[in-house]
Amino acid sequence: MNLTLKIWRQKNATSKGRFVTYKVNDISTSSSFLEMMDVLNESLVMKGEDPVAFDHDCREGICGACSMYINGHPHGPDKAVTTCQLHMRKFSDGETIVIEPWRARPFPVLKDLIVDRSAFDKIIQAGGYISVNTGGIPDANAIPIPKVKADLSMDAAACIGCGACVAACKNASAMLFVSAKVSQFALLPQGRIEAAERVQAMVAEMDKQGFGNCTNTGACEAECPKEISISNIARMNREFLSAKVCAPKVKEMNEGGG
Amino acid sequence: MAELNSKIPKGLLPQKWTDYKNHINLVNPPNKRKLEIIVVGTGLAGASAAASLAEMGFKVKNYCYQDSPRRAHSIAAQGGINAAKNYQNDGDSVYRLFYDTIKGGDYRAREANVYRLAEVSNSIIDQCVAQGVPFAREYGGLLDNRSFGGAQVSRTFYARGQTGQQLLIGAYSALSRQIKKGNVEMFTRHEMLDVVLVEGKARGIIVRNLVTGAIERHAAHAVVLATGGYGNVFFLSTNAMGSNATAIWKAHKRGAFFGNPCFTQIHPTCIPVHGDFQSKLTLMSESLRNDGRIWVPKKKEDAEKIRHGKLLPTAIAEEDRDYYLERRYPAFGNLVPRDVASRAAKERCDAGFGVGETGLAVYLDFSDSINRLGKSTIEARYGNLFQMYEKIVDENPYKTPMMIYPAVHYTMGGLWVDYELMTTVPGLFAIGEANFSDHGANRLGASALMQGLADGYFVLPYTIQNYLADQIRVPKFSTDLPEFKQTEKEATDRLQRLMNVKGNQTVDSFHRRLGLIMWDNVGMGRNEAGLKNAIVEIAKLREEFWKDVKISGEPNEINPELEKAGRVADFLELGELMARDALNRNESCGGHFREEYQTPEGEAMRNDEDFKYAAAWEYTGESAEPKLNKEILDYEFIEVKQRNYK
Ligand SMILES: Cc1cc2nc3c(=O)[nH]c(=O)nc-3n(C[C@H](O)[C@H](O)[C@H](O)COP(=O)(O)OP(=O)(O)OC[C@H]3O[C@@H](n4cnc5c(N)ncnc54)[C@H](O)[C@@H]3O)c2cc1C
Ligand code: SF4
Ligand code: FES
Repeated sequence: MNLTLKIWRQKNATSKGRFVTYKVNDISTSSSFLEMMDVLNESLVMKGEDPVAFDHDCREGICGACSMYINGHPHGPDKAVTTCQLHMRKFSDGETIVIEPWRARPFPVLKDLIVDRSAFDKIIQAGGYISVNTGGIPDANAIPIPKVKADLSMDAAACIGCGACVAACKNASAMLFVSAKVSQFALLPQGRIEAAERVQAMVAEMDKQGFGNCTNTGACEAECPKEISISNIARMNREFLSAKVCAPKVKEMNEGGG
Repeated sequence: MAELNSKIPKGLLPQKWTDYKNHINLVNPPNKRKLEIIVVGTGLAGASAAASLAEMGFKVKNYCYQDSPRRAHSIAAQGGINAAKNYQNDGDSVYRLFYDTIKGGDYRAREANVYRLAEVSNSIIDQCVAQGVPFAREYGGLLDNRSFGGAQVSRTFYARGQTGQQLLIGAYSALSRQIKKGNVEMFTRHEMLDVVLVEGKARGIIVRNLVTGAIERHAAHAVVLATGGYGNVFFLSTNAMGSNATAIWKAHKRGAFFGNPCFTQIHPTCIPVHGDFQSKLTLMSESLRNDGRIWVPKKKEDAEKIRHGKLLPTAIAEEDRDYYLERRYPAFGNLVPRDVASRAAKERCDAGFGVGETGLAVYLDFSDSINRLGKSTIEARYGNLFQMYEKIVDENPYKTPMMIYPAVHYTMGGLWVDYELMTTVPGLFAIGEANFSDHGANRLGASALMQGLADGYFVLPYTIQNYLADQIRVPKFSTDLPEFKQTEKEATDRLQRLMNVKGNQTVDSFHRRLGLIMWDNVGMGRNEAGLKNAIVEIAKLREEFWKDVKISGEPNEINPELEKAGRVADFLELGELMARDALNRNESCGGHFREEYQTPEGEAMRNDEDFKYAAAWEYTGESAEPKLNKEILDYEFIEVKQRNYK
C-alpha cells in the first residue's frame, strides 16, 4: 500500500516543531506500524536526512516505550493495542496518516515523537511500592488472597506506564495511571498496610508534576492499550477520601512495612 | 592472565552456600555508606541488585538506555518463574530443580552455582509476594503453578501471560523506593560504552547521555553489569530492539573472559517470519505447550496443499497428523526442552512437512484442550497470548491452529564469572543473562527470571561484599585520572570514526546481513564448513561496515542511528567469536547442535571426554585470534548421563 504521512518534526526540546509530509510506498499490510516507520527512516537515511526519532523497544506491547498519537488517537485507531502492535492492515491504501507525539505539559517533547515521561517515575517513587527490604520474608503462602481480589489486582497491575491516558485527556490528567497502581496494592493484604500514606503521597506528587484534574470524560479508559478500567479511579477516590478522614495528612510515605 | 579460579567453596553441595555466607567478609554499616557501586542495567537482575544493595546501605548508581528503568527487556517475559516450593505436592524439591536444570543444560553448567540457584529460588517467590506481585492464585487463595518444558513437576509461578512484567515492576518499585531515599542515583537514557580499569581493577564506566550526546565518566568501587543477553546478533530475535552486547563486549576487550559464546537458545514457539521488513520476532510463551499439541501433516502432499492455500489444517483428519514430539519423545511429549523441540520442528520442515506460506512453520493446536476444558478455561490461561497472535497474524487461534517456528530467544553464554559472580577483571561483576553461569548449553523455561532475581536479590549482595571488604580504605577514584580520560577518548574517537565513514549503506542493512550469516551458519544446525565460512564472511562484512556505513544526524543530539551503529559494530565482532567457539566445540550439546555429531536417529551426541568444560575466551587484540581457556566441569554430586526425554 502507498501512504502519505504528516509527521511532527522537532529538533529538540527548545526548538519549535512543525509537520513535514512524507510518502511511503509498497508497504505490506502485514507490517506493523513501526516497521512502516522503519521503512520511512531507511529511506530518509539514504537521502542523508535525519530519520524520525521515536521511542520503542519491545515491539510487543508490553514495555510501554512506544508512544505515537496517530490520527487523533494515542496508539492509533485500533482498540486495546500499543503503537507497536498496530498493523498496517488497519489502514487503507492511499490514506494520509497524521503522526504526533504525546501532547501534555508534564511530558515535554525531547525530539520529534519522543517525549520525557519521567514524571511517571517520580509518582512511583513517591509511593508506588510496598516498603519491604530484600530478605527475611515469611512464606509466600502464609497469607492466602482471594482469587477474585488477586485477579482484580492483576487487572490494575497490567498498566504499562505508556502515558496514553494522559495524552488522551483534555486536562492531561494522570488519574488512570496513578489509580491503577493504587488499586493494585489496595486490593492486596500486603498493600493495605500503607494504603493511606501511599494514596496521599502519590496524588500529591501527581499534582506537583503538573498533571491536570479528572473531569470524568473517560477518554483515558477508551484509549488505554491495556484496557485499564476507570473503576480504578473511583477506587482511588474512595481510598483518598478515607485516608483523609482517618489519618492526618502524611507528607511522605511512612516506612511502616519493615 | 591468571589461571581460571571458579572459587567453588569446599564441602557438600547442600552446605556450600551456607558455609560460604558464614565465612565471607562483610562490610559494616558505616563503611557501606562510603562505598559506591555502579550497576548497569535495570532488568530483573540489575533492578533487584541495585535496590538490595541500596537497602543494605551502599551508594548505588544505576543505568539503563530506556527512558525508564521499568522498560528493561525483562518486562517482556511471559510464561513464568520456577521455584522449588513443592506447593503442588508433586515431589518437587531443591535437589530436583537443581537436577532438572543441570540435565536441561546438558551437563555444561557448574554444579555449585546451579544448586545455589535452586536453593534461593523459594525466597524469590516470598520476596515478590511481599512486594505485591499479583501472581495467579487458586480459589482457596493459595498460589497456582503450571508446568514448563524439561520438568515433570508443576513448579512455575506466573502472573497471567505477563510474569516478567509483574516481577520487573516489583523490582522497579523497590528500586524507586531507594531512588526516593537518595540511596540510588538513577541515570536513564544513558548507554555504557566502556569500562574503566585502574591498576587492573574495574573502577568506573564511560557512558553516553542519549539525550544530549555528552560522553560522561562515572567512578565507583565496583562495577556490576546486568545488561542482558546478546541474541540480537541474529538481527531477528525475540529480544527487545535495543538489547545489545556493548557493555559485556567492551568488558571482554578489557580483560573479562567470555564464557561459551556459542550457546544460544532457539525457542520453539515463535510466530513465523512474515516478510523482508520484519524487525523482530514475537514469542508465544512456552506455557502454551501445556495445552497445545504440536503437529505437521503426515503426508507431504497435504503439507504442499496447505502451503498453497488449497487445504485448511482443520480439514486434515486425525490419523493424517503427525504429532512428532509425542511420537519421538513419549515421556515428555510436547514438553521436551526447548532445544529438542526446536530441532524437531526444523527437521520436519527441512524434510518438506512444514506449513504456512514459506513452509517454515508447524502447528500448535488447542482444539483438544478446548474440547476437554472449554474455551473459557483456555481463554483464562492464555487469553492475552491468543489476542497477541491474532493481532499479528490476523487469524483466530481458537478456531485454526497457531503456526509457530523456532527463533533466537536467549543466550546462555555471557561473561565468564566465578562462584562470586565476578568476572576475570577484579571488581567487575556480571549478573542475569549477561553472565554465562547457570544454564549450561540450554536453559529451561522459566529459569531466566529465576536466575536474574536470584543473582540480584540474594547472591550478588553477599558476594560483592567479600570483594568490597578490603576496599574500604580505598577512597573514591577521581574521574580525572588518566585512565578515565584515556578510556573516554577511545569511546569518543570510535563514535567519531563511525560518523566519519559517511558511506552508502544503512546500519540496519548491515545488521540484517550479519543476522543471515549467523542464522544460516551459527543457528540451529552448525557444521565445520559453515562455521569456517561464517568466520570469513563476518570479517568481510565488518570491514565493509567500517568503510561504507551511513549514519545521519549529529553525535551531540538524540541519534538512534548512531546508537544502533555502535551496537552493530560490537555484534560484528562478537558474532565471529560465537562462530569460533562453535567450531571449537566438536560435539553436540543443548542448543549447540553440530551436524557432524548426532546419533542415527538425529539426537545430539555429547562428547564428555573432550568437552566437559566451559570455554572461557580471552581477548588478545584487534588482529590476533582469541585464546581459549577451559574451566573443567567436575560433577562431584551427580552422575553425568546422556539426556533422555523418551
Ligand atoms: C519474549 C521473551 C519472553 C521470555 N519469557 C521468559 C519466561 O517466561 N521465563 C523466564 O524465566 N525467562 C523468560 N525470558 C528470558 C528473560 O526474560 C531474560 O533472560 C531476562 O529477563 C534477562 O534479564 P536481565 O536482567 O539479565 O536483562 P534485561 O532485562 O535484558 O535488562 C538489561 C538492562 O540493561 C540495560 N542495558 C543494556 N545494555 C546497556 C548499555 N550498553 N548501557 C546501559 N544500559 C544497558 C537495559 O537498559 C536494561 O535495563 C524471556 C525472554 C524473552 C525475549
Ligand atoms: S493506564 Fe493505560 S494508558 Fe495509562 S499509562 Fe497505564 S497502560 Fe498506558
Ligand atoms: S515498543 Fe514496547 S510497548 Fe510498544
